[in-house]
Amino acid sequence: MEDLAAEAKADQMDSALKQKKNSSLWLDSLSRVVKSKTSLIGLIIISLLIIIAAFAPQIATHSPTDQSIINRYQAPSAEHWLGTDELGRDIFSRLVHGSRITIQIGVITVGISMIVGVFLGAVAGYFGRWVDQIIMRLIDIMMAFPSILLAIALVAVLGKSLTNAMIAVGIVGVPHFARIVRSTVLSVKETEYIEASRVIGAKNGRILFSHVLPNCLAPIIVQATLTIGTAILDAAGLSFLGLGAQPPLPEWGAMLSDGRSALQTAPWVVMFPGFAILLVVLGFNLLGDGLRDALDPRLKQ
Amino acid sequence: MLNYIIRRLVSLVPVVIGVSILAFSLMHLVPGDPARSILGEKATETQLEMLREELNLNDPLIVQYGNFMGKIATGDLGESIKSKESVAAEIGGRLPATIELTLFAMTIAVVVGVLAGVIAAVKQYSWFDNLSMSGALFGVSMPIFWLGLMMIWLFSVELNWLPPSGRLSNDIELTTVTNLYLLDSILTLNGEAFVDALKHLLMPGLALATIPMAIIARMTRSSMLEVMKQDYIRTANAKGLAGRLVVFQHALKNASLPVLTVIGLQFGFLLGGAVLTETIFSWPGVGRYVVDAILSRDYPVVQSTILIIAVIFVLVNLITDILYTLFDPRIKLD
Repeated sequence: MEDLAAEAKADQMDSALKQKKNSSLWLDSLSRVVKSKTSLIGLIIISLLIIIAAFAPQIATHSPTDQSIINRYQAPSAEHWLGTDELGRDIFSRLVHGSRITIQIGVITVGISMIVGVFLGAVAGYFGRWVDQIIMRLIDIMMAFPSILLAIALVAVLGKSLTNAMIAVGIVGVPHFARIVRSTVLSVKETEYIEASRVIGAKNGRILFSHVLPNCLAPIIVQATLTIGTAILDAAGLSFLGLGAQPPLPEWGAMLSDGRSALQTAPWVVMFPGFAILLVVLGFNLLGDGLRDALDPRLKQ
Repeated sequence: MLNYIIRRLVSLVPVVIGVSILAFSLMHLVPGDPARSILGEKATETQLEMLREELNLNDPLIVQYGNFMGKIATGDLGESIKSKESVAAEIGGRLPATIELTLFAMTIAVVVGVLAGVIAAVKQYSWFDNLSMSGALFGVSMPIFWLGLMMIWLFSVELNWLPPSGRLSNDIELTTVTNLYLLDSILTLNGEAFVDALKHLLMPGLALATIPMAIIARMTRSSMLEVMKQDYIRTANAKGLAGRLVVFQHALKNASLPVLTVIGLQFGFLLGGAVLTETIFSWPGVGRYVVDAILSRDYPVVQSTILIIAVIFVLVNLITDILYTLFDPRIKLD
């Protein structure tokens, strides 16, 4: 009973301390992110993307899928702000609706990479020895492939679809998370407070998930933000190759691919979706850079 | 040194075995019958059975894997289901095109990236620093398939300056020696072919170079800034060495290690990026070959090509590690 009470108390203190430390760390970081001009721009771009996605039906001027053959390949005009594509669909409206798919791609792919990667990295780093050996050799093998090629190969196995493209890009991102988390876990698990919780009898799972992992949160968040950009690029690349989103989905990479054949007569069909991808990826990269600087205690003044 | 190289090569063995298992499994991970997925819904049972026999799909998996590796060890990469051509010959014919493209792109990326990074660091917070680093931020966020198409639109369609696809114009004669056309045209002193090959290389090379160039520039800048703060740089400046000498002889040499790491990593990216770039510019290289094979479910081609690309990638990483020691004698190899 006594050690249970002691553990509870230690836990309480631990979480109270963490709370205090965390709130100041997060607030501190947030204020630094907002103060930095570049990451603020990133934050604004991403907020805009989210707002556009949330109000897509209200913002779009036309239906994203309504076809009108007589209106095909129309140049940008007052009626069709960004022109129309080969089926006479309004590009602006398709871009607006496509923002939902882009967010979905970013969140789901990075979600897969993060969950699998963090789990593998944490287990490898915490348990060490043969567990570590096996997991890290698997990671080595995955890293022996150029990422887009591995993603293409996985889609070849799974079949062409947006869902499978997201799964493939998600799997490809796993090694980065696993490596980062493993190295952080390796250093955290040697600290005294981990030793202390082991002494009072905390189980491995508890130590790992409630004491070690919370301290790996900062690098995980930074990695996640930076990976969203790459994931969106890779998924768009897959759709561009015809391996991801299938018609009539207004996915930006697929829209761009559709416009290839009309590059000479209707360059706007290719121009705008690509620019949208560039802008969103730029937003996540700017925010990621800013977060990295803000969460890195070494850069604190 | 030799010991180290041998040890590293040995340590690659498990990775290569793992990679080969993964490449081999691709065909077998396909849900359902691989023969059916290759031939399509309309194939008859006899056709399916013939293909299964041809690909030895009826053997136990371990036997199939043994055959696959045994053949590869003797240089036989199998043959394409679609074209019946030997995969080794196809890859051999296409590899020079990919090598030329990646080397050209890497040269642009390293020269421009390192120079921009050094100048940006030396003139920190100047207009050049701001401009080049903003450019680099756009560069790392660039969908290169879009950039490629925009280049074609601007330089081929609108301005008619550069050819949109291929490696050489039809009316140009070139005696091939290495099959790297730029090099061949120099070796055979063929000025006309050199200009033509360069014109064909320019757009795909630039598109492929964009992301590595941006990453190298950013890494060079931050690494240089770190080094320029050191005491010995101040000493060098104080004793009156010319600024350029200090920057390039003293600082860049010590700032080059992280840059080198990034360059090595970016080679892998180039191999992957070549897949997209070659598709856009109809560049007859390995990248496009593998995409075509994947799209047409030509699994023997996919297996071998992916294995080869992965092995090249792993070897490039090894070479990067070895180059470290040449740049930084402090690193011990044991």
